[in-house]
Amino acid sequence: MDIIINILSMTVPFSVALLLASIGEMFNQRSGVFNLGCEGVMSMGAFVGMLVPFIAGQNGALSNGWNWLGLLLAALMGAVLGLFFGVIVVTFRAPQGIAGIGLQMFGVGTAGTLFRHFVGGTQSIPGMPNSPLPLLSKIPFIGPVFFSHNMMVYLAFLFVPVAWYILFKTSWGLRVRAVGTHPRAADSMGINVNRTRYEALALGGAMAGLAGAYLSVCQVKMFSDELIAGRGFIAVALVYFGHWHPVKIMLGALLFSFTQTIQYNVQGLGIDLPYEFFVMLPYVVVVVVLAFTSRNQTTSPTSLGKPFNREIRT
Amino acid sequence: MEHITKRFPGVLASDDISMSIEEGEILALVGENGAGKTTLMNILMGIYQQDEGRIFINDQEVRFRGPEDAFNAGLGMVHQQYMLVPNMTVTENVALGYKQAWKPLRLDLQMVRDRVLEVSSHYGLAVNPDAYIWQLSVGEQQRVELVKTLCLGARFLILDEPTSALTPQETDELIELLKRMKNELSIIFISHKLNEVKALSDKVVILRHGRVVFSGQTADYSSSEIAALMTGHEIVLPENRERSFNGEAALEIHDLKVRSDRGELALNGLSLTVHQGEIVGLAGVSGNGQRELAEAINGLRPVEEGKIEFFGVDIHNKSPYYVIDHGMGYIPEERNIEGIVPSFAVKENFILKDSDNKRFSLHRFLRRVEINRNAEDLTRKFDIRTPDTATAAGSLSGGNIQKVILAREITRAPRFLIAVYPTRGLDMGAIEFIHQELLKKRREGIGILLVSEELDEIMNLSDRIAVIYKGRIQKVLEHGKANKRNLGILMAGLEEEGE
Amino acid sequence: MTERNFKVLYKVSIIVLAVLVTLLLSSFILVILGADIMKTFYTIIITPLTRVGHLTEVLVRAVPLCIIALGVAVAYRSGIINIGAEGQMAMGILGFTTVALALGDMSRAVALPLALLSAVICGALWGFVPGILKAKLQVSELLSTVMLNYIAAQFYSFCLRVPLLDPAERLSGAGTPQSARLSQAVEIGRITGRLHYGVFIALVLAVLVYLFMWKTSFGYKMRASGAQSRAARYGGINVSAYVTLAMIISGAFAGLAGGIEIAAVHRRAIEGVTNNYGFSAVVVALFGMLHPFGIIPASFFFALLIYGSTLTPRAVGVPANIVDVMQGLIIIVIVTTQMVLQNSYLEDRLWRRFSAKRQEAV
Repeated sequence: MDIIINILSMTVPFSVALLLASIGEMFNQRSGVFNLGCEGVMSMGAFVGMLVPFIAGQNGALSNGWNWLGLLLAALMGAVLGLFFGVIVVTFRAPQGIAGIGLQMFGVGTAGTLFRHFVGGTQSIPGMPNSPLPLLSKIPFIGPVFFSHNMMVYLAFLFVPVAWYILFKTSWGLRVRAVGTHPRAADSMGINVNRTRYEALALGGAMAGLAGAYLSVCQVKMFSDELIAGRGFIAVALVYFGHWHPVKIMLGALLFSFTQTIQYNVQGLGIDLPYEFFVMLPYVVVVVVLAFTSRNQTTSPTSLGKPFNREIRT
Repeated sequence: MEHITKRFPGVLASDDISMSIEEGEILALVGENGAGKTTLMNILMGIYQQDEGRIFINDQEVRFRGPEDAFNAGLGMVHQQYMLVPNMTVTENVALGYKQAWKPLRLDLQMVRDRVLEVSSHYGLAVNPDAYIWQLSVGEQQRVELVKTLCLGARFLILDEPTSALTPQETDELIELLKRMKNELSIIFISHKLNEVKALSDKVVILRHGRVVFSGQTADYSSSEIAALMTGHEIVLPENRERSFNGEAALEIHDLKVRSDRGELALNGLSLTVHQGEIVGLAGVSGNGQRELAEAINGLRPVEEGKIEFFGVDIHNKSPYYVIDHGMGYIPEERNIEGIVPSFAVKENFILKDSDNKRFSLHRFLRRVEINRNAEDLTRKFDIRTPDTATAAGSLSGGNIQKVILAREITRAPRFLIAVYPTRGLDMGAIEFIHQELLKKRREGIGILLVSEELDEIMNLSDRIAVIYKGRIQKVLEHGKANKRNLGILMAGLEEEGE
Repeated sequence: MTERNFKVLYKVSIIVLAVLVTLLLSSFILVILGADIMKTFYTIIITPLTRVGHLTEVLVRAVPLCIIALGVAVAYRSGIINIGAEGQMAMGILGFTTVALALGDMSRAVALPLALLSAVICGALWGFVPGILKAKLQVSELLSTVMLNYIAAQFYSFCLRVPLLDPAERLSGAGTPQSARLSQAVEIGRITGRLHYGVFIALVLAVLVYLFMWKTSFGYKMRASGAQSRAARYGGINVSAYVTLAMIISGAFAGLAGGIEIAAVHRRAIEGVTNNYGFSAVVVALFGMLHPFGIIPASFFFALLIYGSTLTPRAVGVPANIVDVMQGLIIIVIVTTQMVLQNSYLEDRLWRRFSAKRQEAV
């Protein structure tokens, strides 16, 4: 029983980075843009996020506020990178898959370069403290699993219904869905397709940046080149898995982080396999899930990956 | 509109066009495909920007930077390809343009829904505000388009080829509706069907190659006078006047069931036989299974049930290669991305089906000289206008792309030919050429299945006419027994009356 | 100026602009680092060319880049983007090492080809997986190849840590994850420094890829599948088979590059052999315009950048990761530039504006 609680209480906070990044990617894709650079944006976010409390800590400032400032700046950095990607794929209409790979290399490379210059070697930070919720965290089983984490965990899960509301109940969400499915129709209704895509990219980038910073500030509490370890790509895969719907994406994020937590509980579970096989497990799961995710025509944004050009005659 | 000019790369789409329309008037904008009608209206709606020229409304010069400016000035357009988001409801589609409902943190869909109901009852246009677009038929979608445009406060309505996807009966209803609306609205009606123009419009403007060649009161001119002005010269399309000699059965389809991309049964027990040396025209409103039929025969779409016999060989669920190898020729619907590889040179496209043919490759090594010679031959014989045969096929005009496909398919000496919308969007010269080639093949004893939505084309060319409706053949009529009226009734899914 | 001259000028200036943008954006990062910009670029691009010792090291890096990029280009032309070369190369190394260890006592004529063949097969298998997933189940190869990279990386370190671990390491207890040193029978000879005969393998492969893709009906069908898969299917081409084949070839090339790297450079499997070549090769393939004769110079250029950047930490205090920054930027700029160059509409409009201005002036 303890081991189950242990695994599940890790699953919830571990899923947050995936959750934030893939909800952000969901907005990108709903608007018709496939941002494979998510990994790079997360990497930059992770670096910026940890840099702020790191520098503050070196100057003797240990207040938790610096962590929040780090998260905020990471989100801003992510939004800037999202807009940068917009220039490439929305304005210049470059093919999104390969441009995303470029953004990924750029982001990971830049974060690594700056990290070596400003921080140097492995340096951990105190990071975001846990704030168990009063009363709720005392409930047996449910308490440790759901209510004994840091603030970002609660906020991230609160954002799931918010994202749902934005997507389906606001005019902005309506516009995002329209430009991702039938941009020509949206255009004929006076909606600025490219602008809407830029907006979605900024939001998606901000969330990816935040997701990266969550890893470096709240979860691992340090930065390294391998910190993101493919989570950006998994986040993209999760969007397909979750059929572009926030709630299903949340379930997917929990499933994947569950497979990730197993590697930390191998001994407790008494399984005798080299640990590398547990590390590769989440990636194997992604491949298998991608292979068996049905490609549903009615929910997918049908113009995903297609740049919009009003003046191309059809 | 005064002196409107618009250029596309290599094309002058609108050349110094001026025209005007009064309140409460219906103006017909007439011209062949490619004459520049749609481009002109897109400029009026702010979707394209003119390179030169000015637009006035009530003597005020206006400059639309986007469709929104045009809505605010009271303009609305129903596009030929409907501008509806398929996975949204009718209400949501209207809400896209209905800015009053865009509250800061909330979208007031109830308000939009009320507006939709109000407009639909006012004009007698029945729509269900909660239906998803993909659930609706073409006719229903057009009503949604009209409601949508009117909800946004249009006092000036542009309709681009509104009847092209409708049955003759639906067309009549639309014309009646528009006549009623005339009291409250001004309407520009784009068409190339002259009987509709005569029936509906007060004024007519004719475009040819991006220029206004005529404008005047509709009542003063006859249909044939307008037709002559439209094409610039008298083209009499070739007609099939010979009697079919009833060869043996070439293609026999039995109880075919095939699913569409959406997973619904697009063909539901379709049976049809085509003989050698005859043209069978498949008439029907598009979206009734024509595409799925052509794809299933050619091995491009899985068959759920039924048989397809091709000269006695069962070809259902065989690979496209197998079907081609048995002598099938196929002119596909989407000529730009299916009939050719757009980035490949013209000469490369000619060997799309034959790269392993001994004539073009030796032990898998391509024979450059032969490929070039073949390309020179075909471009000359079929009069394909291209700078040279190394030009990317995708950069040619629609008519020339279709000629590339036709040249390839015909010279491969097929035993049978399927032509899907072979003349859609082409000018009269190209249409005439393609019709002649099809008739020539027929005389050589080849069976042809001709899928088209142009009833004139089908009635001109076919020996027999099969009407398709909801994935089944409604009825097969002999040449001469078919007219627009009985075809229209069949296309609408009704049994023919009073025979 | 005539219209044709204008259009040539337009294209040239777009390309010049693209180079400037790349330099500008990477300089921006260098400014943040407070590094001397000119000196940094000098260290990366010029210094390696000044000494033979440097130059051979550049060529050593150009060999795997060229071979992998050829494979990437074959796949890309066939409509599938292979960013999994990193994993395919790792699997190739494992395949090579396993066979090389087993056949170490045999003569070179037997052992070396068999070991290389094993590298090719392992790489091809690792390419086959995303290929078949894409062809049969429409799984995005961009995601599946990345995932397979991570899987291969874990498998690789497991093999080096356990089954292939050097017995000497096991005895000494140091446990550095590496295989035993391979016998001379599976070595590829060196010309000078670490530069080896693999260079010629790369050049020959480039010619073969050119012949295969542009002169045979196989290549024709693969390019047709990549250029417009619907038209290819319509034309009776078995698109899924050719897409899978393209990935198999692509993986085989990456595996071979791994085998050669071990046979000629490292002579035992160690950590870090793949050295991000798999990702860099994508840049090389794009930069070489997906054509073998473009890829040869492109692989030299990027080998220069990769080697040059290893000199920067000491010379100018810039971390070697700067090369990833530049590669990322180069991909972005290449694909963007291509789109601008294809935009005939923009070109047309600029020309008209230009000629109108000139007429006014007259």
